[in-house]
Amino acid sequence: MAGTAVRGRLTWQVATVTAVRPETTSVRTIEFDIPDWAGHQAGQHVDIRLTADDGYVAERSYSIASAPGEPLQLTVERLEDGEVSPYLTEELRPGDEIEIRGPIGGYFIWDSDDARTPVLLVAGGSGVVPFRSMLRHRARIGSAAPVRLLYSARSLPDVIYRTELDMPGDGAEIVYTLTRQQPPGWAGHSGRVDAALLTEVAWPEDRQPLAFVCGPTAFVEIVAGELVSLGYPPDHVKTERYGGVGAP
Amino acid sequence: MSPLSRGFHGRRRASDVDASRVPPGQYVTTDFPVLSAGPTPHTPLENWTFSIKQGGQTTKSWNWQEIRDLPAEDVTADIHCVTKWSKLDTMWQAVSLDTLLAQVGHEARFVLAFCDGGYTTNLPLADVTGGQAWLAYGYDSSPLQPEHGGPARLLVPHLYFWKSAKWVRGLELLAADEPGFWERYGYNNYGDPWREQRYAGD
Repeated sequence: MAGTAVRGRLTWQVATVTAVRPETTSVRTIEFDIPDWAGHQAGQHVDIRLTADDGYVAERSYSIASAPGEPLQLTVERLEDGEVSPYLTEELRPGDEIEIRGPIGGYFIWDSDDARTPVLLVAGGSGVVPFRSMLRHRARIGSAAPVRLLYSARSLPDVIYRTELDMPGDGAEIVYTLTRQQPPGWAGHSGRVDAALLTEVAWPEDRQPLAFVCGPTAFVEIVAGELVSLGYPPDHVKTERYGGVGAP
Repeated sequence: MSPLSRGFHGRRRASDVDASRVPPGQYVTTDFPVLSAGPTPHTPLENWTFSIKQGGQTTKSWNWQEIRDLPAEDVTADIHCVTKWSKLDTMWQAVSLDTLLAQVGHEARFVLAFCDGGYTTNLPLADVTGGQAWLAYGYDSSPLQPEHGGPARLLVPHLYFWKSAKWVRGLELLAADEPGFWERYGYNNYGDPWREQRYAGD
């Protein structure tokens, strides 16, 4: 397989917050200005570093939410027991500086206008973040690749990027399933992603699709396993797991 | 000099964590997070083997029972994932790679571990000998679960945990170093957590 090696050393760069925008009651998107940012690919992540005034340092990794060519955006979910995410979602404001290193990761990425390879994106909760980068990238480059996003959220108010996803444009298909609470008259899917829902929503395997799955570990285990059961070759199912397990 | 993060105080490490055991940039978790690039493979034990390859040929192979019949060790180790979590005092049941490598003649200087699912990772031979590396099949006195790499994974705790390849099926012995999966995707070729060698060039 072709590696997309990161060239040279990734140095810490000072990133200045230019805007913050609430996405849900516990999720916020932060935009940064980084003077020497080398650009990124859709699906990559960055490391961030915070330094307290007594020298205490904390590092974490976050997926990139913006498309290649756009200013760097991170979308962060506040975790109740978190050390870093409450700071990023509640304290950080425009003008503040943090350190960022990246972009990182060359496997869970998408960059294609290949109309013959349909793409299935399956998101659990804040696992939708790298897919927002991919969807924006697809729109920006005018990609002809068929894309379908299956997004599992607890409830409609928990859907991140809802305004944007409700107008996907360019034929990208967005399918929600709400696991805990549905609004009155909800005509969409309810309940967790399972074999039946994937059979209905996933591209048939004979079209040789490429699947990306991102979410909490249990979600990814189930979805990736079901896709293999549907005939997806394991090396066409790319996974990324985070959130919910000790990654505050 | 890092800029100060206005209003960031951090939680500090719990007082019962010995800070000297936590490498730079890591935080301690009591969970056991799962990270992998693709679906979890499920190879039946009756089809499972662990092989040593040299020059493209399999020169030694053990089936599941043969591995289980080898002397096992209880290994207690701190593990450090490049995604920044560390977990202290993890307990494994494992066979030392010294035991396996002693059964083959070779002059290798590097190994490339290969796995179900196509994952590979490279290590210097000097890092998988001398009581530093194991083939682990038990965790906390239970069989190693598939999402954590079962039926068996490498355990090389002195390097970042991506070197402890899940679902490992063997080692290819090499004269020259050859980058593995994450090493080709921009991660560090060696991966020493104490020198924070996360990415290429670190």
